[in-house]
Amino acid sequence: MANIVARKPCEGLLPVMIGSVTLSEVVIEKMASVAPFKGKEGAVSAALKEACDIAFPAPNRTSSKGDARAVWAGQGRANLIGCDLPDLSGLAAVTDQGDGVAAVKIEGDGAEAVLARLVPLDLRAATFKRGHTARSLVNHMAASITRLGPKSFEVMVMRSMAQTLVHELTEAAEGVAARG
Amino acid sequence: MRLICPHCGERDRREFTYQGAAEILDRPSLEVGNDDWADYLHLRENPAGETKDMWYHDPCGAWIVMHRDTVSHAVHGGELALEVRK
Repeated sequence: MANIVARKPCEGLLPVMIGSVTLSEVVIEKMASVAPFKGKEGAVSAALKEACDIAFPAPNRTSSKGDARAVWAGQGRANLIGCDLPDLSGLAAVTDQGDGVAAVKIEGDGAEAVLARLVPLDLRAATFKRGHTARSLVNHMAASITRLGPKSFEVMVMRSMAQTLVHELTEAAEGVAARG
Repeated sequence: MRLICPHCGERDRREFTYQGAAEILDRPSLEVGNDDWADYLHLRENPAGETKDMWYHDPCGAWIVMHRDTVSHAVHGGELALEVRK
């Protein structure tokens, strides 16, 4: 019988510190994408409010309560992270994503400058505030980018892209650090 | 070129994939004859000026009817295809 060892998506790659930024893995234990069926958006939000105390997020927004959070993940879809979902049968398509994503936290004075090299969006604090999230690109790769704090962001991609994501962020961070 | 996603706002061209003219949404019924279906599949306007075409916003997954101008290159805005087809 094979001995199967669970590995985190960025195991062996992170954490790294480059100049003023630190890249570290966000460990996601539980995550499911929730896509409400047509006309059931309100009922889904009410059920989530009841069970996890978080509402279904509006486009480009997140909602959170304690360790549980909901991140908008595209048209009609949100990722519910760190909470036990209520029974949504008949209300929404629910897919377990717990093993499906890699999430990296980038924090430090240079975090915005590093992401500016990769993401075609204005992620500065004046326009991209805490609680804001965006579906966009990290170089050529579709990603979900969320502001966690004044100097920290979470970048989430599909798990198979973990190494590419770390590579892109590392290279951009080295470029920013080299400019001093 | 900057395009407009109804969910995400103005975004760079690189986030979008082009499909074709928005006439694709006006699918004829199954009862109409072959001529109408042939027109639907193969005949396209080639407008100089205001045009509507289908774009997919790759990161957020929305199909968008984009209102553009092929003469001035202005992008006027986008509507969600699922609302246009209602």
